[in-house]
Amino acid sequence: MGDFSKKVAISAIYPVMEKENKNIYLLGREKQIATAGDANFDMECSKASEAGSVSQRACVFCGSRVVLYPIADALHVVHGPIGCASYTWDIRGALSSGPQLHRLSFSTDLREEQVIFGGEKKLYAALTTLIDKHKPAAAFVYSTCIVGVIGDDIEAVCKKVSAEKGITVLPVHAEGFNGTKKDGYRVACEALSKLIGTSEQRNKVPFSINILGDFNLAGELWMLAEYYRKIGINIIAQVTGDGRVEDIRRANTACLNVVQCSGSMTWLAKDMKEKYGIPYIRVSYFGIEDMSNALYEVARFFDDESKMDAAKLLVATELKKLLPALKEYKEKLTGQKAAIYVGGAFKAISLVKALRLIGVQTVVIGSQTGNKDDYNLIKDICDEGTIIVDDSNPIELQHFIREKNATIFIGGVKERPIAHKLGIGFCDHNHERKEALAGYEGMLNFAKEIYATAMSPVWQFVRKSPSQEEPRIKNQEQRLK
Amino acid sequence: MKTTATYKENTTAAATTNACKVCSPLGASVAFKGIKGCVPLIHGSQGCSTYIRRYLISHYKEPVDIASSNFSQDTTIFGGHRNFNKGIDNIIRQYKPEVIAIASTCLSETIGEDIKGLISAYKAQHKDEPLPHFVAVSTPSYQGTHMDGFHEAVASIVAAFAERRFKRSHINLFPGFVSPEDIRHLKEILEAFGIEAIILPDYSESLDNPNWEEYHRIPPGGTSVNDIKKTGSAQASIEFGHILNLGNINNSVNDSKVNPTGAAFLQNNFGIPNMRIGMPIGIKATDLFFEKLEGIAQIKTPEKYTKERGRLIDAYIDGHKYVFGKKAVVYGEEDFVIAMMMFLDEIGIEPVLCATGGESGKAQDRIRQLTGNSKLTILQGMDFETIASLSRELKPDIMIGNSKGYYIARELNIPLVRVGFPIHDRMGGQRILHLGYKGTTQLFDSICNALIEYKQNNSPVGYKYM
Repeated sequence: MGDFSKKVAISAIYPVMEKENKNIYLLGREKQIATAGDANFDMECSKASEAGSVSQRACVFCGSRVVLYPIADALHVVHGPIGCASYTWDIRGALSSGPQLHRLSFSTDLREEQVIFGGEKKLYAALTTLIDKHKPAAAFVYSTCIVGVIGDDIEAVCKKVSAEKGITVLPVHAEGFNGTKKDGYRVACEALSKLIGTSEQRNKVPFSINILGDFNLAGELWMLAEYYRKIGINIIAQVTGDGRVEDIRRANTACLNVVQCSGSMTWLAKDMKEKYGIPYIRVSYFGIEDMSNALYEVARFFDDESKMDAAKLLVATELKKLLPALKEYKEKLTGQKAAIYVGGAFKAISLVKALRLIGVQTVVIGSQTGNKDDYNLIKDICDEGTIIVDDSNPIELQHFIREKNATIFIGGVKERPIAHKLGIGFCDHNHERKEALAGYEGMLNFAKEIYATAMSPVWQFVRKSPSQEEPRIKNQEQRLK
Repeated sequence: MKTTATYKENTTAAATTNACKVCSPLGASVAFKGIKGCVPLIHGSQGCSTYIRRYLISHYKEPVDIASSNFSQDTTIFGGHRNFNKGIDNIIRQYKPEVIAIASTCLSETIGEDIKGLISAYKAQHKDEPLPHFVAVSTPSYQGTHMDGFHEAVASIVAAFAERRFKRSHINLFPGFVSPEDIRHLKEILEAFGIEAIILPDYSESLDNPNWEEYHRIPPGGTSVNDIKKTGSAQASIEFGHILNLGNINNSVNDSKVNPTGAAFLQNNFGIPNMRIGMPIGIKATDLFFEKLEGIAQIKTPEKYTKERGRLIDAYIDGHKYVFGKKAVVYGEEDFVIAMMMFLDEIGIEPVLCATGGESGKAQDRIRQLTGNSKLTILQGMDFETIASLSRELKPDIMIGNSKGYYIARELNIPLVRVGFPIHDRMGGQRILHLGYKGTTQLFDSICNALIEYKQNNSPVGYKYM
């Protein structure tokens, strides 16, 4: 793959591919595709998608909605025509141990009449009706594209309703066109920031943390919280998995913010550092290495021997159970090649390491919203020649997968049919997944899922080009062992 | 017993909770996927296309590529022409489509984008280059539902291409928003009658492809532009549905939106007779469809289908006691609900609640006309929260509709028979057959078995014979 290491025009990087398969790439995206091992690696990212692209990204509204959605006792009202609310109804597997209010989809369902004469009245009526009916702990009001255009003053409506109903009503300025999904993360963080510090409590709770950026998909946060409790750490607020308004209000009483999904939550962590002097660390809970480091780092932060001993004991206990099980998977899976395309780059990095543990090499890796630091880190941990891509689309992805002969694709709902149509395995790492993939238990689930998709006998019926035959035959042999 | 007539419709409610509808660009996108070599473009923010793709992929389990013009703040202030032009450039570069079909959004409509003007300008700029065909449809999501978007798109496609100059050896069939399996079944029936038909849209392949040897940027399948041209030279059109996009758009200030359907357009502008019938679900509705086909083909219904009909009657008889008097909640798109009500009327299931998210203002009268049953009521403008609260009181035995009603069936501990769109929590939504004698037989069996299974599961001893 010598040609890959030179940073020149895309058609020169991929001369053969371009000849066989014209116009894979969109003009203007040349610098969003790179290769590990490239001496001039300089990923261009954090930019808007090209017009006309079939980007896998969504919009500002989406970014804000995924962050705030898991707050289970809040009312989430989407102010706009019906689509935005319909498409996000109960869309994530963000579990709640109590109220389920977040799983309902509330919309002002704007019509032409409101588009012309304004939607403030309808929003006011919707909010007051819904607050009376559901008695939420707080309300979030998401403005969608046209609300930004027709000029509804949702701040004013929120204030009015807040005063009348005596609950916090927060506007979330989520007009879809107003940036990228990442900007949506920021507006969600801004809303959270307004909530934090509004409780009576000011005093720091000893040995306490907030968990930022875990959304309790398939109950993952419950597992993590259990780990932290076992090593003697108190959790103040879960932002936002299985989240509660009251906990978030007093998040300022924590000693440390532990940030996963850094893309969505770093803004809030920085904000809290500034306002309340709470330091933060970035962690990931995917894979043994990152999971264990998260526990060690938290223990180290509190500089307390008993906590570190407890963390070491926990890790040792878990690994004693886990490693023999993983070893078996590794034996069977060695030689498989993975393509990863997920929303956040930090998750992608953990996946590379987790895959390595089970013998799977990453050959293509990309994200919707990674930043420069993320991509530099990806470049450092990936094997030379790995294709690294920012804000990709189906045509590029299928091309990279074939080019690098990936045998497994790890992604979300929109990536799944690409893998299946290419006749390769797929692992769901999306927000609606039902299997926990974080933590030690999650690592085993992850191995099981990769194994299940790689070793399924169904691939024998998929006709493939000769270059893809070899890994398939190997799969069959492995399975029969 | 309480009936739904005692409940007020939900159209004036301040808020919609768990909508029983999605927005119009989604319907347009589905219709566009039924054109051969077509890449849909949604002129608006990126989320519109991504959310719609995700919603459709979860149902069809196929790649659904829909491009977006990716509006930014600047686009919203200064207009979408730059994004539009670049978007078209990029789609042509990556996909080499035969057709680019553009749906507007609430955003592009609100800022007053003139998509037809943008297309003309683009064509003028590139007049020496080979260009794809263009179709545009106005689908602001603050008007109507996904069904309005679907039928508006079909009408726009016909209006863009229909021509008179072809041999009149064929008919047009506008099946409406049915499953890929339904379309395949319709093709088989038409073939058996020896009727040459242009089906529009035809996503029987493009949204339900076989596994591929090579990856296709644009999935194979769909009605070709050449065939769409021929719709203007057909002997007749058959159109399924009574409501289509003919309803009043509720809360619309501008009431001029009375665009005809594809078949109505051809009738008005090309003099092609339009046979508008309901979706052929149930014996009576399917008989009507076969009658039309007999008239067109001038032959009797082939034996294969008279036997299918006979088997359906046989099934009705074998299963009649399991369904008679059962109370059902039916929900979904207006035409779908009307078709289901007519079918349930044939088998003695009492539809205690028939609910739709549509707001045509026509469904209620239509169902009473069709059945002669003045008690049948359709509640329009419903959301699932209202359906849930009414269902708690009405205590139905079964729910029939898309997968979104699952949470209600779960709460009430009653069976849900999944039909229509979307099916997001099961395999095979794209392969459910609803239409014809065969589709009705499968539907009847599913309903019987759901009720039998429920009884069996709740029996203290379990049993081996029905």
